[in-house]
Amino acid sequence: MVFEMRMKGSRAIVKSLENENVEVIFGIPGGATIPLFDELYDSSIRTILVRHEQGAAHAAEGYARVCGEVGVCTATSGPGATNLTTGIADAYLDSSPIVAFTGQVATPFLGKDAFQEADTMGITMPITKHNFQLRSVEEIPGVIKTAFTLARTGRPGPVVIDMPKDMQEKEADIKFPKKVDIEGYRPTLKGHIRQIKKAAEMLLDARMPIIFAGGGIIISGAERELYDLSALLQAPVTTSLMGKGAFPEDHPLALGMVGMHGRKAANYAINDADVMLAVGVRFSDRSTGAVSCFAPEAKIIHVDIDPAEIGKNVRVDLPVVGDAKLVLQDLIKLIKESIKKGSRGGKGGRTTAWQEKVKRYIKEFQPRMDYDDIPLHPARVIKEIMGALKPDDILVTEVGQCQMWAAHFCSITRPRTFISSGGLGTMGFGFPAAMGAKVARPDRNVIDIAGDGSFLMNCQELATVVENDIPVVVAVFNNRYLGMVRQWQEIFYDRRYSGVDLGTQPDFVKLAEAFGAEGMRVERPEEIAPAVREAFKSGMPTVIDVMIAHEENILPMVPPGRCLKDIIE
Amino acid sequence: MDDGYILAAMVEDKPGVMQRISGLFRKRNFNIDSISVGSSEKPGVSRMTLTVTGDSQILEQVIKQLSKLVEVIKVTRLDEGEAVTRELALVKIGTRDESERAEVVQYANIFRGRIVDVHKESLIVEITGDRPKIDAFINLVDVYGIKELAKTGLTAMTRG
Ligand SMILES: Cc1ncc(C[n+]2csc(CCOP(=O)(O)OP(=O)(O)O)c2C)c(N)n1
Repeated sequence: MVFEMRMKGSRAIVKSLENENVEVIFGIPGGATIPLFDELYDSSIRTILVRHEQGAAHAAEGYARVCGEVGVCTATSGPGATNLTTGIADAYLDSSPIVAFTGQVATPFLGKDAFQEADTMGITMPITKHNFQLRSVEEIPGVIKTAFTLARTGRPGPVVIDMPKDMQEKEADIKFPKKVDIEGYRPTLKGHIRQIKKAAEMLLDARMPIIFAGGGIIISGAERELYDLSALLQAPVTTSLMGKGAFPEDHPLALGMVGMHGRKAANYAINDADVMLAVGVRFSDRSTGAVSCFAPEAKIIHVDIDPAEIGKNVRVDLPVVGDAKLVLQDLIKLIKESIKKGSRGGKGGRTTAWQEKVKRYIKEFQPRMDYDDIPLHPARVIKEIMGALKPDDILVTEVGQCQMWAAHFCSITRPRTFISSGGLGTMGFGFPAAMGAKVARPDRNVIDIAGDGSFLMNCQELATVVENDIPVVVAVFNNRYLGMVRQWQEIFYDRRYSGVDLGTQPDFVKLAEAFGAEGMRVERPEEIAPAVREAFKSGMPTVIDVMIAHEENILPMVPPGRCLKDIIE
Repeated sequence: MDDGYILAAMVEDKPGVMQRISGLFRKRNFNIDSISVGSSEKPGVSRMTLTVTGDSQILEQVIKQLSKLVEVIKVTRLDEGEAVTRELALVKIGTRDESERAEVVQYANIFRGRIVDVHKESLIVEITGDRPKIDAFINLVDVYGIKELAKTGLTAMTRG
């Protein structure tokens, strides 16, 4: 039913958000968004005032990634909008559904270099799935509905709505559409059945099949199908960074993450495989190493909802465009039929040698984590933290060695419990994203695995979590270095440590306390798990300063541009 | 092998569409030789003709990435053999005297060009055709001195 009411633009915006069941909006107001905030004052939507707009965008993304709903953030025109951009770019590269509302100068001032005017449309065009500038009050509900539809469907991504101030203030007769039709936007969901049939045959003929699962599995909710397919084929599963959580990493067929800092078992298995089923991955260079020697023996089947991903980075033998869940359902059905007809082997004989080999890889290359060193070895810290987490608890990471230690060593078993900035690699992502995650799932424990450098990039959000009672825990892996860059300088630049020494660090315990949060310091292996448990139990935002070795490296590592099997240990 | 391709894109006639498309080409490191745009048979829909160079893998990416833009309704590749391609050029040619002017007018006639402006020291010729024809004309009149040249960029349509 479409009904018409006279109201201000700002009311139409907030009403549209309510219609989309938005429960929270992260942001900071300014001159160009006061009308919006005035309307939010009366709304049931929770407004969380962050302390820097970058925090708002990352929080919206963290929220979106753990619950699968669209995350919403807002900033004023000019500097507010430009502060959002890092978070928008982050969401773009990791295909996260967020909608960002930016203030803009009133339409008569557009293009006049008015106070706090920035070309938000121009700036955000290359880092959004789509963006809009409101040109009339009447179009507001349609634009917002379109924005949410675009953000969450197909390959999700960020959408920006730029709101000139007069569009928020003016009144008009407003209609709220229930549905919108977007002519140039028709994502393909159902895969082409002939292609899927071919995929089934290739997989049934394979002697050494492997499944490479990415974030697309999690986005489409295809974990169950992935699990079943792997069992059906007895095919081992590796994931990208974004795919962590798509397949239980404690499963006997789980190889762990592949790539530059992937598990050795995964890199070797990819090197051996004769057929690869890649689902919801985009073959990032951090996953593939040199593409010329990526999966050199394998025929590659690539399933993705975004046709432009197919053949973009690696050669593909069989493309299937479609939604991961639907395609895998069809694939499983066809494989089962084939097996039942007896025309094909299915599990058993054909792949036994391969299963043995995979098992051997997994066993032989189990990473070591039981270090007793003081200062602490990061692998041990991860082991202890994992020991204090329940399977549904959420682990968020910053960027750098800390991120790769987490990605390499953590065993993640459930979807949407591992949140990391994959594509953009944004230092400062983790803490605000953890905040967003905790808002989405207040019943779960949320911990940010942070580098000291990264944490300082958005530590102002301590004020937000304290003020809004969002009890996230930050474990600062304190090595007093921009560790990842230092590691590259050590390995590739003859130990010439340039611009990486963080010198005298702030006292992270006092820093936390200054904001009204809890601070703790751990120096010994046996202190880690109790500290994490206590932090969770306290119900207080807590920073744990974890004193790790000054110059530990994240290994194994495949040097950039090299083959996955060329591993430095 | 590097080659030129002609694409026709039906796009919504909305502000910023040109920027979206040119931005996409820059961002994806595609080479674009020309863009021309104008109305199509459908109200609210513009038709854009793009000529791009690259290998077939790049061409595939160009088409897929363009198609992903929300305001792009449809992208088709036009096969040069089966398409009519046209470009319009305005050429201002320096002419010092009566005889030079007469020569240029003669050339223009041969090429079915039109003289659209006559001045003491120059003429403007309007010429339409496919690329080789226009290039041939420009080469021919180059000796007189080309003072200004404006080309519209290619526009194209499949026959039949
Ligand atoms: C915003 C941003 N700036 C710079 C970089 C480049 N960079 C990648 S990792 C890294 C070091 C991170 O240091 P820290 O957060 O202390 O983590 P560590 O590597 O020591 O675990 C830097 C500077 C980045 N990824 N993001």
